[in-house]
Amino acid sequence: MHEAAAVPSWVLLAYLIAGACFIVALRGLSSPTSSQRGNRAGMIGMAIAVVTTLAIHDIASITEIAIAIAIGGGIGLVTARRIQMTAMPQLVAAFHSLVGMAAVLVGAAAFLNPAAFGITDAAGAILPVSRVEMGLGVAIGAITFSGSVIAFLKLNGNMSGAPILLPLRHVINLGTLAAILGLIAYFTQDQAPWIFWTVTALAFAIGFLLIIPIGGADMPVVISMLNSYSGWAAAAMGFTLHNSAMIITGALVGSSGAILSYIMCRAMNRSFISVIAGGFGAVASTGDAAAIDRPWKRGSAEDAAFLLKQADQVVIVPGYGMAVAQAQHALREMGDLLKAEGVRVKYAIHPVAGRMPGHMNVLLAEANVPYDEVFELEDINSEFAQTDVAFVIGANDVTNPAAKTDKTSPIYGMPVLDVEKARTVLFIKRSMGGVGYAGVDNELFYRDNTMMLLADAKKMVEEIVKALA
Amino acid sequence: MDFISILSIFVLACFVGYFVVWSVTPALHTPLMSVTNAISSVIIVGALIAAAAGGSPTSKWLGLIAVALASVNIFGGFAVTARMLAMYKKKERRDA
Repeated sequence: MHEAAAVPSWVLLAYLIAGACFIVALRGLSSPTSSQRGNRAGMIGMAIAVVTTLAIHDIASITEIAIAIAIGGGIGLVTARRIQMTAMPQLVAAFHSLVGMAAVLVGAAAFLNPAAFGITDAAGAILPVSRVEMGLGVAIGAITFSGSVIAFLKLNGNMSGAPILLPLRHVINLGTLAAILGLIAYFTQDQAPWIFWTVTALAFAIGFLLIIPIGGADMPVVISMLNSYSGWAAAAMGFTLHNSAMIITGALVGSSGAILSYIMCRAMNRSFISVIAGGFGAVASTGDAAAIDRPWKRGSAEDAAFLLKQADQVVIVPGYGMAVAQAQHALREMGDLLKAEGVRVKYAIHPVAGRMPGHMNVLLAEANVPYDEVFELEDINSEFAQTDVAFVIGANDVTNPAAKTDKTSPIYGMPVLDVEKARTVLFIKRSMGGVGYAGVDNELFYRDNTMMLLADAKKMVEEIVKALA
Repeated sequence: MDFISILSIFVLACFVGYFVVWSVTPALHTPLMSVTNAISSVIIVGALIAAAAGGSPTSKWLGLIAVALASVNIFGGFAVTARMLAMYKKKERRDA
């Protein structure tokens, strides 16, 4: 086994190139045209990192390693091919959990066999710096794992999306966190196995505790945050192994997740702390009764088709409900028919529409909606005033005008799409009873220019398509 | 490599990450998550070292499991990203 200092320079160079490839991979995502090239650069980077690692070690177990890669790779490829686009948030959560688990296992392996990683001093003890890095890496990895498992269960519907609130949870969480950090500090003094395993166990527990109180609508933040954690876990392991490819990647992924979390929080006008503290949407709204009392207009698919056909410009606002109903294909068909009638069709995406960043964009792309018809909030909001029909499908809170006017509303200050400025608003909703995830009633339903289309999103769009054809 | 050079790489990479990620178009945020997922599985490097080393059978098996988990992510992550990116198309392409 070698000391970290004895690594030949071509190896360092190879890892650096791998890291650079990963930067190119992310850079490619600045536009859909360069993105596929970027993805290939990422694959090349990964291949370089793996081959380099295999080349410089005396490998006693190449067959076993090949089998492990084949099994894992096979599962990965099959999953990637079969997965439905609407299930992407769950898949990403599941993938995050695997990175977390891998980090824990690597940390544990390094603890059990430190000489193999070149992190021992002359007496065979693990270097104090490496102990801290190892402890942090394992802790972050474990949090990523258990947190992602909970996120997966919530997104996949195996567990209720409603926040689960334990009494004293803030005290428990902060106490556990302090215990983890304290033990990692103590670990530098004493290399006892019980410290290492206790840190691991506590970190698993806190990942679980951190995510259960967070509600379904906050999942875009959670999933971005776990993305960030998986990066920091890789970076911490990179520090332990003195590996620049891992450190560069970890830093990239860590900042990527952090930026996405920030964008999601900003789009909800909520602080990161308040999301992490959880409990949003836990209080059942009493708005249902009020909803029934106020007058609103109901329309049929034929009414909707008539209004849409007459329009010069239609802006479609999709939300999570579209994903649940799998309505994206029918929606694109409707868009095509309208375009054939000479109507300008655009799509408006709120940053937190759906369950993960960019969720709606992927679904529309899947349904063959050209990406240059799809606009972000700030690019399209000024256009609603010149729009004849705003077509809201499966979105709710992100269109609520109360966010702009009602200071008492829980969503006050959240940037929303100005759909009410359109001449007519068509709002697809399953029933008048339910409220959005924030638990607030939507002012929009009772406006003079709003027509409610009460039905399953996909069925309603299909009926409109029939009426248009 | 000493600690300071590693730390320098880390800090500079954080800055690179910050600027590169801000330049990613919001439409591609989901592929961004799946590709960052795939590349963070570069942790497979550590898993390979553990799996390849003699000395501790437990450590070797932990390494092998980690290799398998990271492989799921690497192959799955890149493949699903490629599948998503292939769907993003420009106008003037109308299927039946």
